[in-house]
Amino acid sequence: MSGQTIHTTYRGAVRAAIRDALDRDERVFLMGEDVGRYGGCYAVSKGLYDDYGPERIRDTPLSECGFTGAGIGAAMGGMRPIVEIMTVNFSLLALDQIVNNAATLRHMSGGQLSVPVVIRMATGAGKQLAAQHSHSLEAWYAHVPGLKVAAPATLEDARGMLWSALEDPDPVVLFEHVMLYNREGDLAADAGPVPITGAAVRREGTDVSLITYGGCLFKTLDAAEALAADGISAEVIDLRSLRPLDDATVVASVAKTHRAVVIDEGWRTGSLAAEVSARIMEQAFWELDAPVGRVCSTEVPIPYPKHLEDAAVPQAPDIIAAAKTALAR
Amino acid sequence: MTDTQPTSGIPRAHKLHLSREHALHLLKEMLRIRAFEERCAELYTEEKIRGFLHLYSGEEAIAVGVMKALDATDAVVATYREHGHALARGLPMDRLMAEMYGKQDGVSRGRGGSMHLFDAKRRFYGGSAIVAGGIPLAVGLALADQMQDRAQVTACFFGEGAAAEGAFHESLNLAALWRLPVLFVCENNRYAMGTALERSESETDIARKAACYQIPSVALDGMDVIAIEAAAREAVTEIRAGGGPRFLECRTYRFRAHSMFDAQLYRDKAEVEAWKQKGPILRFRHWLEETGMLDAETAGRLDAEIEREIAAAVDFAESGDWEPVENLTCDVCTKA
Repeated sequence: MSGQTIHTTYRGAVRAAIRDALDRDERVFLMGEDVGRYGGCYAVSKGLYDDYGPERIRDTPLSECGFTGAGIGAAMGGMRPIVEIMTVNFSLLALDQIVNNAATLRHMSGGQLSVPVVIRMATGAGKQLAAQHSHSLEAWYAHVPGLKVAAPATLEDARGMLWSALEDPDPVVLFEHVMLYNREGDLAADAGPVPITGAAVRREGTDVSLITYGGCLFKTLDAAEALAADGISAEVIDLRSLRPLDDATVVASVAKTHRAVVIDEGWRTGSLAAEVSARIMEQAFWELDAPVGRVCSTEVPIPYPKHLEDAAVPQAPDIIAAAKTALAR
Repeated sequence: MTDTQPTSGIPRAHKLHLSREHALHLLKEMLRIRAFEERCAELYTEEKIRGFLHLYSGEEAIAVGVMKALDATDAVVATYREHGHALARGLPMDRLMAEMYGKQDGVSRGRGGSMHLFDAKRRFYGGSAIVAGGIPLAVGLALADQMQDRAQVTACFFGEGAAAEGAFHESLNLAALWRLPVLFVCENNRYAMGTALERSESETDIARKAACYQIPSVALDGMDVIAIEAAAREAVTEIRAGGGPRFLECRTYRFRAHSMFDAQLYRDKAEVEAWKQKGPILRFRHWLEETGMLDAETAGRLDAEIEREIAAAVDFAESGDWEPVENLTCDVCTKA
């Protein structure tokens, strides 16, 4: 580390990562709807078209199934595509290619084929985009063997996960929460690749483990700060990788705090929070002093009005309340 | 049903300057596929082969004709009805049979079975059970070739049922828009499982659909191996020269059921019989006999060679090992 930092945004960090990947490896290219001339729906790829040209910053038709499948095929053909799907809701149109092809081909071919594709997409609620543009479907992808799924929440991860994902011989799905793109902060000027696996302890604590990922990380850190004011020491774990899950980090934390709350913007039923909770039960049951708590989205299509949207997704007060329940406070 | 074959009658040898050796090779390739699959059907009833088994009987001319136009470095994407494509592409019959059994000596270590035959070395990318699911992959393989300046072609096979899927239209559009080196080969056997083309498509002329995407398209007699090889060679030459994608609609017929579970309630036996009389092997064989290229002795020799190859393949599959259960999760991902 040089010690020098730059002030940037999450968006800028992802853009720097794409730029870095394009510079490192001529097989890397970005493809997706409006990634080129328009500069990306969330302006992530702004400026890249001018610098790298239409071959490597490749605008596609509105054909999620077609261009995602083409990305998978190009990966098999020796390229290192970054497929940008505008939002997770649109990725449902490409689900067949991701689940039936990308995830299966290595195993189904007896290990002969490799699909080193990276699929990036925006996820989550918070921008009043209503029911068809506010999903958090990370759990669906994390359900599927053959995929790796990660959710960069910090600037370091936004900057560093992409290259590691591209170097991975397997298909990697990266989820970027829409409410993170504008987050600002300081990033080491020489920030580089970070692993796409493994959870991180973002705040150490001794009373309760708050386990989360992606867009809920900063709400959870805010909650931990508020809990500290009430004399409660909360440990915050950022899962980072949603498949595979880092059980060891979670279990070690629970063994220390004996209480856990999982915060997940997905709907409660069949959620990642359910999976994490079950793993704690399987692997750390005798460490627990209270039932594992969950803070998830209310089971409703996410509504448009601000007050209803806010009420539907996890917020810091919900997390604080769940932590206090776990502590019987 | 009326015969709407765009071409008919005697194969047009002149287009290919057909040598006797090549003609006999084409015949043998078709016979190999037919005999291999007939044996597979028997093995299915003996419960040696399980799961789904989709036979190619009646459509052999397409795989055989198109493969002859491809180089070893070209890629092939096929469907769940792909035994013929795999054999014609040169995948060894014994390892294919082992795959049908689910043995670890199979081309996909036994994990895929009939519908998922793969051979990375021969650039044979399977083997997809989702109708039209392989078409975007073919577009991507071709994109990789184009971006890496390789003069390679990706041949993509699918049935006429795929033309109803969005993946078909999205892929044709992309291939045409980016002028990708894809040879689209539609095997129009008139039935998507049990649904006749007229009952599922407002426009039943598949080649016309492709032409709407500015892809040069031609409808062919799918029972005429020579016509198919000639058209495929012409198309591949144009694609390799940078001409963008080409589309062949091969009008054919499936002589057997969709899969071994299909009672064929949706079509008349007379219709099937009528088509069998136009079958690719029957017609080509007659023509070879008429022109003196095939005599009884040669025919007997070909049959004996194929019989021996199949017997050896069955022995290989029978004596093969099952993959150890400890390997169950190998190759799900490269790293844990």
